[in-house]
Amino acid sequence: MRDAKLDTLEMPPQPSALRLIATLGGIAVMSGLLVVSTYQLTKLRIAENRRVALERAVFGVLPGAVSRESYRVDDSGVVQTEDNANLFAGYDESGQLIGYALEGAARGYQDVVRILYGYDPAAEKIIGMTVLQSTETPGLGDKIIRDARFHENFRALDVSRPVEVVKEGEKTEPWQIDGISGATVSSKAVGQAIQSGAPHREQLRKHLRLDPTDPSERGAAP
Amino acid sequence: MNPGSATAIFLDAFLINNFVLAMFLGICPFLGVSGKVKTAGNMGMAVTFVMIVSSLCAFGINKLLVRYDLEFLRLICFIAVIASAVQLVEMTIKKFSPALFRALGIFLPLITTNCAILGLALFQTAREYSLVQSIAFSLGAGAGFSLALLLMAGLREKLDLADLPGVARGAALTLILAGILSLAFMGFAGLGG
Amino acid sequence: MSQPEAITLQTFTQGLWKENPVFVMMLGLCPVLAVTNTAMNSLAMGVATTFVLVCSGFLVSLLRHVIPKQVRIASYIIIIATFVTMADYLIQAISLEVYQALGAFIQLIVVNCIILGRAEAYASKNGPLKAVINGAGMGIGFTFALLCLGVVREVLGSGSLFGVQVMPDAFQPWSIFVLPPGAFFVLAFWLMLFAWFAERKRKGAQTA
Repeated sequence: MRDAKLDTLEMPPQPSALRLIATLGGIAVMSGLLVVSTYQLTKLRIAENRRVALERAVFGVLPGAVSRESYRVDDSGVVQTEDNANLFAGYDESGQLIGYALEGAARGYQDVVRILYGYDPAAEKIIGMTVLQSTETPGLGDKIIRDARFHENFRALDVSRPVEVVKEGEKTEPWQIDGISGATVSSKAVGQAIQSGAPHREQLRKHLRLDPTDPSERGAAP
Repeated sequence: MNPGSATAIFLDAFLINNFVLAMFLGICPFLGVSGKVKTAGNMGMAVTFVMIVSSLCAFGINKLLVRYDLEFLRLICFIAVIASAVQLVEMTIKKFSPALFRALGIFLPLITTNCAILGLALFQTAREYSLVQSIAFSLGAGAGFSLALLLMAGLREKLDLADLPGVARGAALTLILAGILSLAFMGFAGLGG
Repeated sequence: MSQPEAITLQTFTQGLWKENPVFVMMLGLCPVLAVTNTAMNSLAMGVATTFVLVCSGFLVSLLRHVIPKQVRIASYIIIIATFVTMADYLIQAISLEVYQALGAFIQLIVVNCIILGRAEAYASKNGPLKAVINGAGMGIGFTFALLCLGVVREVLGSGSLFGVQVMPDAFQPWSIFVLPPGAFFVLAFWLMLFAWFAERKRKGAQTA
């Protein structure tokens, strides 16, 4: 490797500079053609794969949902869009709204834990949760992915006030998450990931005209 | 701690997800150049330096590629940019600081094929880090790489004279040491939480 | 190796055992350690690397008289990066799950020293057919090494193989094997085992 480098750097080139540039240019053109054609060939397939993966996740956290609409929510509001979407509305077969899926992330034990959760804005409840990405310790922290008892927390979690992660078996209030013993940090990360989405949920409620400060409208929503 | 803050990213790359011991980036120089503490220190410095430069370059290139919808050329551009960045760094050091060049010189060309550098560029892109975050990430990664290399070199110097069964000598011993170090570094997990 | 040789079985088997890129030459260890936490990931990584090895070997060998010596490394890197990008898209098209499990390590195939080493030391000096056969041998040798680690780590660390449970329910998985330290330990164990075999063979040859 070292010798090869020295050759290219310091020895006077025998072939003309034009030939060197032409060769590199030719190779670059060929490589460009190959890459672009592969990209074009696989583009649809990849988009399809991503869509399937996304829908599986979205429908997983919104029980009963079969179709979706994509939105983007940020601090300025909610807009309907397909690219960069981070908010998905799920509808059942009769077109009835089931809820919204939102992404959340928080620092776990090893790395950032990314989750997707289903949210019912009218009732201000979490109705489902799935872990999108985590590198938590196998056998301990990764229980947040599959542990059935832990997922029971997210059938109807009240998020009208800050959620709290409590020790295993100590859940008494609807806004509390029953943690997993041995995976305390990871359980807390899931709680934080949900909590950190509060401003976005607020934006969504504003967008849907479910004004959180007006108590008369709370009961009026379907 | 907020996972996006520069401190959190630095700690993450430095200790929690150490580039060498947890992410397995830059294993080749880690096994190859960890015989002596002095060379290990120089190598660590050279890698950190190149990491910062190429992280900045990669950040700029990626902005440009995304702007013109050319993301599929990312890999080719990154590798070309890193290779030229290494050359550039080599020439600059040679011109302005011959002493530093003598210390780092022979390691610089080796760095082009060090996967830690390309890995850094790819990870910072995949995680969509901002400029400040990218710099913190490259500093942490460089420091983490140097730390792992120095620890390993120190251990190997001590073990040079140890009496070992023939089959465990050489690479196998280095790997077992790396495994134990990696085990120790797992203790840093949870630091950011 | 520069004079034309006949294509022999050795062209292919060289990479499998005698010059196995991982166990003998200790090249390309980053992916070997990083993605072998399950057998499936190991296999996918091995296949992707073999694809790049074979394709880049073929192209480098075809162009070996066209590329001037001065720009050969740059040309090889561009060729390799091209095929890696292609492999990256193909894997995404085939299975998004595998793609996410391997993460950035697919793109890091570019800096796998085995590939550049083969391009420089073999493909640039031999005909396309030989380069392809040799590349395939090296690739299969590399895949074999990845599987050696992947199988041990998955069976001991998760109690399963290719995602199918193989250990009895009572087996408590040794999680350490799917964690980073496990990768180092398993590779060290294989190296010691091979060193022990080699030594025994040498001793056997001496006494015979």
